[in-house]
Amino acid sequence: MLSYPTVRTSLIFLAIALVGLLFADIAITANNPWRDLGNFFLGVLTPNFFSSEGLLTALLRTVAFAFVGVTVGGVCGFFLALVYRFLPVRVFCAFIRAIHELFWALIFLQFFGFHPLTGVLAIAIPYSGIFAKVYSEILEEADPEPGRLLPPGTGTIAAFLYTRIPDCWVQLRTYTAYRLECGLRSSAILGFVGLPTLGFYLETSFSQGMYSDAGAMLILFYVLIATIPLWVRPKLLPVYIVGAPFFLGDGLPIVWGNVERFFTEDIVPSPLRDGEGLAGLLPWLNELMIEQALPGIWNTVVLTQIALVATGILTLLAFPLISNHFGGPIRRTSGHIFLVIARSTPEYILAYILLQLWGPSMLPAVVALALHNGGIIGHLIGRQTNTIRLRSDAPKGFNRYSWELVPRIYRSFLAFLFYRWEIIMRETAILGILGIYTLGFYVDSAIQSIRFDQAMVLILITAMLNIGVDILGRYIRRKLALQTMPTC
Amino acid sequence: MTHNLIRKLLIIGLCSLFSAAVTAQTFIFTAIPDEDETKLVERFRGIADYLSEELDADVKYIPVKSYAAAVSAFRNNQVQLAWFGGLSGVQARSLVPGSQAIAQGTEDQAFYVYFIAHESTGLDRQDSLPEDVRGKTFTFGSKGSTSGRLIPEYLIRETFGEAPEDVFSRVGYSGNHTRTLRLVESGTYEVGAMNFAVWEKELENGNIDTDAVKVIWKTPGFPNYQWSIRGDVDENYGEGFTDRVREALLSLDDPELLESFPRSDFIPASNDDYEPIRKVAKEIGIID
Repeated sequence: MLSYPTVRTSLIFLAIALVGLLFADIAITANNPWRDLGNFFLGVLTPNFFSSEGLLTALLRTVAFAFVGVTVGGVCGFFLALVYRFLPVRVFCAFIRAIHELFWALIFLQFFGFHPLTGVLAIAIPYSGIFAKVYSEILEEADPEPGRLLPPGTGTIAAFLYTRIPDCWVQLRTYTAYRLECGLRSSAILGFVGLPTLGFYLETSFSQGMYSDAGAMLILFYVLIATIPLWVRPKLLPVYIVGAPFFLGDGLPIVWGNVERFFTEDIVPSPLRDGEGLAGLLPWLNELMIEQALPGIWNTVVLTQIALVATGILTLLAFPLISNHFGGPIRRTSGHIFLVIARSTPEYILAYILLQLWGPSMLPAVVALALHNGGIIGHLIGRQTNTIRLRSDAPKGFNRYSWELVPRIYRSFLAFLFYRWEIIMRETAILGILGIYTLGFYVDSAIQSIRFDQAMVLILITAMLNIGVDILGRYIRRKLALQTMPTC
Repeated sequence: MTHNLIRKLLIIGLCSLFSAAVTAQTFIFTAIPDEDETKLVERFRGIADYLSEELDADVKYIPVKSYAAAVSAFRNNQVQLAWFGGLSGVQARSLVPGSQAIAQGTEDQAFYVYFIAHESTGLDRQDSLPEDVRGKTFTFGSKGSTSGRLIPEYLIRETFGEAPEDVFSRVGYSGNHTRTLRLVESGTYEVGAMNFAVWEKELENGNIDTDAVKVIWKTPGFPNYQWSIRGDVDENYGEGFTDRVREALLSLDDPELLESFPRSDFIPASNDDYEPIRKVAKEIGIID
C-alpha cells in the first residue's frame, strides 16, 4: 500500500497533524459543557421566532448584501477572467481572494464605517478574485472546435459570446449559484463585526445565552439556504439584482476625508509616521514579527493541519450517510439533512457556538472546520459513489466500504481535500477573532488598540500564507495527478 | 485596476440612491459594548429620547460590536457623542482634535475593578491580589476595556512583575463584563476581572450565583467612564450645542435612566481627569 503516492501523502499529512496535536491547545475548559450543549439544543427545539423586532429585517439585509456582493463580484470576476492569462491579473486575483471577507469588512469599517458599501465590498472583492479564477478555468475547458468553424472576419466578442459561452453556460451557472449560497453565509457572518445582517442578532442572543432566539435564527437561515432552488429562479434574478441595493439599509453617511486619512496616515507604519525613518522601521517590524506574526503563523498552521486531517476523516466517515450503497431511504434522508446542516452553517458560526459551549481552545475550531468542510466534501463524495456500479456479488457492509468504494473515490477525495486546504487556512486565520490565538487574534488585537499599521502588516502576512498554501496544494494535486473540479 | 474603479463608482452611485435617509442634522451617539446588548439598547434608547427632548433635535443611538468600532465611529464623525470607558475615551480624544470629555458619573471619579474567582479555586477575599491566582485560568473583558483589561493587566504586572500570559495558565478575552461574570460563574475560567458596577447591579438583581463565584479583590480606584463629544459639534449643529449637550447630561435626573447605568448622577469632567489612564496605558504599551 505504501507504494501508492496517494497513500504516502495521506500518511505524511496524518503524521504532521498528529505531531501538531502535541503542540496544539486542545481542551474543554467549560465546567459543564454538556449542560450548555443540552441547553443549546433545547433552544433549537424550542425556537422563539418573535424575539427580536429586527429578525426579519436582518434576514432581508442578509439576502440583500449577498445579492449585491455576489453580483458585483461576479461581474468583475467575469471581466477579470477574460484577462486572467496575464500574470499581474492572476497575482492580483490571488491576493484579493487570499484575504477573508471579515478582514475586508474590518478594513472598510475603519473608513466607510457602518455604510452599506462596507458590507458590499467585503463580499464583492474576495469574490471577484474567486470568480475570476474559476470562471477562467471553466472558460479554458470550453471546446475550441466551434470557434474554428466560424467564418473568417467574425468579431472577437461575437465569437466569444456564440461559441465559448454556450459551451460553458451550465458550469458557469452552477458555479455562480453555488457562490450565491456562499454569499449568503458570508453576508450572515458580517453581522459579527457590526453590519446589520443575521450575525449581528445571532451574536447578541448567543452571548446572552438566549438559545431559543439563536435557534430561531439558525432555523430561518437553514430554511433560507435549503429553499434557494425555490426562490432563486432565473426569471426572478433580474428583480432580485435590481431590487437588492434598495434593501441594504441606510447605515451612516460616508465621510470621504476618512478614506484619505486611512491610506495616507493610519496604515503607514508608526515609525515612518513619526519621522523616525527606515532606522525605526526595522525594529518595529522585528518586534511585530516576533511578538505577533510568528506565534500567529505557528498557531494558524498547526490548527490548519489538524483541521485538514479531521476534515478528511470526517468526510470518509460521513459520505456513506448519503450513499446508495448503504442503508435505506430513512438513513439516507437523515444523512442528507445532517450534511446539509453541517455545510450550510458557516464555520465561523459553528466555531462561535462551540467556543461558547466548551470554552476557549483549538478544539471548537477544529470541530467546526471539520464539520463544515467534511459536510461539503462528504456530500460531493457521497453523490459520486452513487454513480459507481458494483457487481451484483460485491461484498456488503464494511468490506464494501473499505475495499470497493473508498479506493474508487480516494483520488477525488484527496483532490477536494487539497482544494479546500487554502479555504480551511483562510477560515483558521479568521477564527482568531473569536479568541483562538491564530493570526486573526493578533489582527483583531491590533485593530482594537487602533493600530491599523500593524493590522495591515498582519493581514498581508495572512494573505501571503494563504497564497503559499494555495501554491503548495496545487503542486501536490499536480504531482499526484489529481483531477480538480471547480465546484467545490 | 480599471474594473476596480468602475466597480467602486458603480456601487457609490447605487448607494447614494438610498443613503440620504440619515440627514446630516441627526445627532448620533454610541457607547462601548461593555455589557449585554439588550440592556445597552434599552438604556441608550432612553438616553436618546431624553436628549431629543432636551436638545430639541433628532438624536439617535447606534449599537456597535466592539470598543474599537465605537472609537472609529467617533473618529470618523459618524457619531458625535459617545459613552466611553477611560481607555477608549483617551484613545478616541487623542484621534479627534478638539474633542472633550464633558460629563462622568459620580462613581467614575473612583472606579474599581473586582477580581472574581470560581468557588473551585478555594480563593478568599483579600486586601491585595492573592498570590494563589498564579497558574489559574484567567479572563479579561474586552481587549479595549479599562476595567476589564487595562487596569487589571497593569495591576497583575505590578504584583507579579510578569505579563498575564506568564502568570496564568490560560488568558482569554470574554468580550464584556457580563460575559466575564458568566464565564467565571460557570467555571469556564477560574478567575476574572470585571467592572464593579456591573457586579453590584447584577448582584442586586439577583443574577449572581454567589455559591459559585465571589469577589477576591477590590482594586484601588481610578477614573473611568465619561461622555465625550467631538470638537466640531458647535460648527455643525449650531453655536453652543456642546454646552447644551453637557447641560442636558448634567441635569439628567430620571432615576430609572440613572439606575440603568448604574450612576447616581452625572458631574462635569475634563480631559485632564483621564491623564492617569493615559499614563498607565502607555506604560503597558496599549497606546503609543
